[in-house]
Amino acid sequence: MNKLILGRYFPGDSLIHQLDARAKLTSAIYFIVILFLANNWQTYLLLAVFTILVMFLTNVRLRIYIRGVRPLIWLILFTVCLQILFTSGGKIYFSWGPITISHFGLINGFYIFCRFVMIIFISTVVTFTTKPMDLTDGINFLLQPLRKLKVPVDEFSLMLSIALRFVPTLLDETQKIMDAQRARGVVFGEGSLVRQMKTLVPIFIPLFTSSLNRSEEMANAMEVRGYQSGKPRSSYRQRKWQLKDTVSLVIMFILTFSLLVLRT
Amino acid sequence: MASPIIEVQDLSFKYDQRNNENILTDISFSIQQGDWVAILGNNGSGKSTLAKLLVGLLSPQAGQIMIAGNPLTEETKWEIRQHIALVFQNPENQFIGTTVEEDVAFGLENQNIPFSMMKTKVDEVLDLVGMTPFRKADPSRLSGGQKQRVAIASVLALDPDIIVLDEALVMLDPKSRREILATLTQIQMTKQTTILSITHDMDEAMFADQIILLENGRIKQIGTPTEVFSKITHLEPPFVEKLRRTLQQKKRQVPEMFLTEDEMVKWLCK
Repeated sequence: MNKLILGRYFPGDSLIHQLDARAKLTSAIYFIVILFLANNWQTYLLLAVFTILVMFLTNVRLRIYIRGVRPLIWLILFTVCLQILFTSGGKIYFSWGPITISHFGLINGFYIFCRFVMIIFISTVVTFTTKPMDLTDGINFLLQPLRKLKVPVDEFSLMLSIALRFVPTLLDETQKIMDAQRARGVVFGEGSLVRQMKTLVPIFIPLFTSSLNRSEEMANAMEVRGYQSGKPRSSYRQRKWQLKDTVSLVIMFILTFSLLVLRT
Repeated sequence: MASPIIEVQDLSFKYDQRNNENILTDISFSIQQGDWVAILGNNGSGKSTLAKLLVGLLSPQAGQIMIAGNPLTEETKWEIRQHIALVFQNPENQFIGTTVEEDVAFGLENQNIPFSMMKTKVDEVLDLVGMTPFRKADPSRLSGGQKQRVAIASVLALDPDIIVLDEALVMLDPKSRREILATLTQIQMTKQTTILSITHDMDEAMFADQIILLENGRIKQIGTPTEVFSKITHLEPPFVEKLRRTLQQKKRQVPEMFLTEDEMVKWLCK
């Protein structure tokens, strides 16, 4: 379970860690949008340097970032292959029926690869350096305009934060149930695939029952402590917008401007 | 005498309508403000169900509950919950926040209290239960006793008039239990808070102003500890009562009545 890198938080006190979740989220989304402005090697180089700089500032080791890309590598390679095989133009190196490997195709493929990797890196920067709770607060803030459309944004973010709060609890519970079933003679991870799947049933059923019980108890506890959905609530977590948050947004604008100048 | 803060009349309840047997049958009692009431009974005698009925999590099939003079109904339950708080048996599933202080603040957030006031209140109650060093900790990583302290703190933060403790002290070691009980007693004294404690701890029950003994969903006995412990002999008695009964068996001249600790000491020293 510890192999899951995407969406994990690495405690730290770097400059990026100190930024407000709202600033980080906005910047990350903004970065992904301006990524599509890049169309030549200068612009890609600029964005790559920026991404590497930001990653360096987080004090999280590069190896961990690369592990985060790994689960998506097949998707990336598949898209890159499509680009290489079906883009025409420029010098043709290889041709067979509708499939051509051309100069443009190779360059495009490489750009797509860079784009994917940068999107993953920048989004992992956000999740690595922001506590899940701050992230929910940030999402809650960014979704506020949807309240005008009667979307229950606050309820949604409370649900999200409760779900996050239960992740470690449920992992512990799974471990306990597995131990309990092992004590009763269940062997995990052995035999044919079908048999391995069958051994999961005695984990999932108790896990579901206990989750349902938990959620009922939790709902009771929330109700007794006066939680009513739709009622205005104050927040104990205070968000502080600092100068560096503004600076980070300004940097994003400078980056956009440079891209506009450099692109062809 | 002032009108009681809790008045329960002919309360009956069952979970399953098809079932003939009630979980609770014809429960009636009243509790004065500022009293400490112990609710005793064996497992399955309906104690926890009674607690849930009192805070309006369940609604009775028959009978009525009055809290501070207002009948508890579906419409009034939100209003009434500002006066009555419940600490559940299992602290694990009561936590909503990811840190101790956030969890304590949850009830205050619901009341839309501004941050500065919340902060003062949270500091105050964490100090009361001795959990200040753990304020940034993840509640699910605490020990059972610490979890119960946090659960109690989150209830104290709301300043309720009535606190219902559903075996909320069982995971605490004897020393911490005494500390928390002392804290609660102090709050009961200074703020005139009414405390209903569902418990199996007879030594705790002995200090109560009133004991309600449940058996199979009916009230077996209501009264002061002296009345209850001298009449009901099959209960595991508190230490002083055990001493009295042993002495009685050994044909010593002991008072016929149940004695409190002080009385026993006085009598022994005579």
